[in-house]
Amino acid sequence: MEEANFVFNMIGENWIAFAIISLLPMIFLLAYALIAILGELKISAFIQERLGPMRTGPWGIIQPVAEVVKLLQKEDITPDSANKPLFNLAPFIMFAASYAGFAVIPFSSYFVPSGINLGLFFLLAVGSLGIIGLLMGGWASNNKYSLLGGLRAVAQIVSYEIPAAMVILTIAVMAGSLDLQEIIRQQSGWFWNWFVFGGSGGWIKIIFLPFSFIMCIIYIIASLAETNRTPFDIPEGESELVAGYHTEYSGMKFAMFFFAEYANMFIVSAIITIIFFGGWNSPFGDFMGGPIWGVFWFVSKAFVFVFLQIWLRWTLPRLRVDQLMYVSWKVLLPFSFVCFLALSLLVMLK
Amino acid sequence: MSEKKYIDIEFSQLDSERMRLFMGPQHPSTHGVLQLEVELDGEIVTDLIPHIGYLHRCFEKHAENMTYPQIIPYIDRLDYISSMNNELPYVMGLEKMLDIQVSEKVEYIRVIFSELNRIANHQIAIATFGLDSGAFTPFLYYFRDREMILTIFEKASGGRLLYNYFWVGGLAADVHPTFKEDITEAIRIIRDTNAEILNLLLKNKIFIDRTANVGILPADIAISYGVTGPILRASGIPLDLRKAEPYSIYERFDFDIPVGNGEVGTVGDCWDRNIVRFREMEESCKIIEQALKTFPSQGDVRENVPKRIRLPKGEIYCKAENPKGELGFYIISDGKDKPERVKVRAPSFVNLSALPEMSRGYMFADLVMILGSVDIVLGEVDR
Amino acid sequence: MKPNEIFKELKVHFGEEITELVENPSSDTYISVKPEKIDEICRFLRDNDAFKFDFLTLLSGLDLKEKLGIVYHLYSMELKHRLVLKTEVPKDSPNLPSLVRVWRTADWHEREAFDMFGINFQGHHNLIRILCPYDWEGYPLRKDYKEPEEYHGNRVPY
Repeated sequence: MEEANFVFNMIGENWIAFAIISLLPMIFLLAYALIAILGELKISAFIQERLGPMRTGPWGIIQPVAEVVKLLQKEDITPDSANKPLFNLAPFIMFAASYAGFAVIPFSSYFVPSGINLGLFFLLAVGSLGIIGLLMGGWASNNKYSLLGGLRAVAQIVSYEIPAAMVILTIAVMAGSLDLQEIIRQQSGWFWNWFVFGGSGGWIKIIFLPFSFIMCIIYIIASLAETNRTPFDIPEGESELVAGYHTEYSGMKFAMFFFAEYANMFIVSAIITIIFFGGWNSPFGDFMGGPIWGVFWFVSKAFVFVFLQIWLRWTLPRLRVDQLMYVSWKVLLPFSFVCFLALSLLVMLK
Repeated sequence: MSEKKYIDIEFSQLDSERMRLFMGPQHPSTHGVLQLEVELDGEIVTDLIPHIGYLHRCFEKHAENMTYPQIIPYIDRLDYISSMNNELPYVMGLEKMLDIQVSEKVEYIRVIFSELNRIANHQIAIATFGLDSGAFTPFLYYFRDREMILTIFEKASGGRLLYNYFWVGGLAADVHPTFKEDITEAIRIIRDTNAEILNLLLKNKIFIDRTANVGILPADIAISYGVTGPILRASGIPLDLRKAEPYSIYERFDFDIPVGNGEVGTVGDCWDRNIVRFREMEESCKIIEQALKTFPSQGDVRENVPKRIRLPKGEIYCKAENPKGELGFYIISDGKDKPERVKVRAPSFVNLSALPEMSRGYMFADLVMILGSVDIVLGEVDR
Repeated sequence: MKPNEIFKELKVHFGEEITELVENPSSDTYISVKPEKIDEICRFLRDNDAFKFDFLTLLSGLDLKEKLGIVYHLYSMELKHRLVLKTEVPKDSPNLPSLVRVWRTADWHEREAFDMFGINFQGHHNLIRILCPYDWEGYPLRKDYKEPEEYHGNRVPY
């Protein structure tokens, strides 16, 4: 499985292939963003017993297109007192950081844009880059609300990196690899081989099942915090900070922040899918297996977690900044240490 | 000695600069055009200065140039989400001065509509408070229910927000034929939604974490600030003018005064204020149900409405328990058909003056919650 | 406690400061007092166990043509009785003691009376305008008030 990339297999390893490979996730991302925006509108409408958008197209299904067009047309305002180079750069750094994450996401057994063997590590590293854009935007806006939002965002994301990194470390121990394709391959077969259920192995794993399950929940909570979604949307908490770090942004630059947020939502959902839910593996052994179905399984599993994020957003209130830190340092971190030790023990026993 | 000096220098360098943040008048959670000048030490609020008056419409000056019935529509616009309650003390005061006895039916309709409007007001208060805490969904649940109440008001008075319905000596119009059924149905749905909101919002762990022990207002300070309404009751003082000095026909109905008792935190915190409002909605439902049972359907609601109103020389302070507190009108008449002076005791105005006291020492995010729990309407604060 | 009993009691303690008890069948009864010692009278009303007026409901300013009036509506949370105090100050020197140290709610009420009538409450820590802009001129609720032609370049009457 050296060449796990169907594009290389089809047209060889040349520059056209590289261009196609680097653009394919973008095409997917655009389609996904439209679906996710519509999903957010319609799911929130369902939760709140509304209809949601109904005018643009049948059942409002082209509403996201209209929203994108609206955002593109809007006047692009740069505040006079802003630090212009940084202000203009920030949204693109945000987006570039989240797009970089797609480089190692294996959509199928035959397609991963860059099949490096340090995928998990790469995701962790690149995921933190977005903070720079966030702080840059918050600081360069020269607005007190933005600055507070940026500061909060950095404190929050840096704190939640640690439990998330502990979870990822555990997975690396369990799989014995940092290669995402390898991690997914180890979870092949039926769904009880997924890492959320303790990975493949005999009956002894039943003892460790609670630990891996808690690990999964820890990662889901930490990932909500890393994408600034409710109940951890404190950096942009609109009731106190207006819109947090993107208060001063408008038009296309705001759209980039928005786009980056949705891309991030997908990235964390994809990571959850890969490390806990078997990636592109079919849940039912060989049923509907294979590379084409792999894309289907991968994307639908990831969408479940995108849906989960949207669902939580419209249900829960927001935490306060000190409570947020409490959750990270005093709850998630100790639990993740305990689970790490327990699961490492399992690996030794196996 | 030299070592000590070194330490002193270290401490003085640690002194951080305080940030002055102007919150509002364009801000999503100031509930209108209120400006708060906040002094922040990091995230901690060290001082707070409310700047009000952005919505000042010279109500008191206007009132001096209008006849008594003409003032009623302006009173609607004071606290524009509980207009029925606003009209009640004004018309009661004038009736007392003119010595008009209103018919039984009018009293019943006034009480029922006041209590319905109280429910609508508390729905908005809790809904927007949830919105401040980041919970968007309860907001829409409550607004959906409020629509039913507004529809009932619309059928009776023709207005959805500003009614001009309570007139001196009677009502503007009789209620619609399906009035009883509409209200019974509305109360059933309101109770359903309330049961849901209790679990979804008020008993939510995150919500309790955000509101318990936040913005505590002890009873003695509350009294010194002249705070009334649910905020005072949340501080543990069962003062409700409907019980303390019964007006209209309130003494006929059986209802309780919910007070804050610090179930999840301290007495007088943000959570208590909301649970008091929440329980008052149930009490209002009880009053309406009792009133509907004995509702006299016969009678003309306009028979005692005077053709023109000329008050005797004198003055009166008339008050009623508004959803936000004690709303009072101090009316001075010099015998003409226009008042010499109308002074409003606006509960929001008085309650807001306690905000700096409540929010000092809490975090910036708490300030938003505390402001939301005070439940102000800027139309009434600025008049 | 009825206003006439309170009046008698006050008369005993403050004598000349308490001028009269005004009773009118169609309106509220009030006690007229002189402005100079209003803070002491109010403190007495608050602290005396027979009255316990712990609650200042309303403080309103009045324009009485030659003079300015200040009306205090008091309420006792515990004894559930009300009282109206009325005092007058001349228009050219509208000074009287502030009640901020008696009831904290007097803070905003007095600022409003200052804003609307120009009554100068001595001893108030922050007597600035509250509803009108801070640089507004004149006292709008006085009967002889003439609105300005323009404010910061905007025409006022419209």
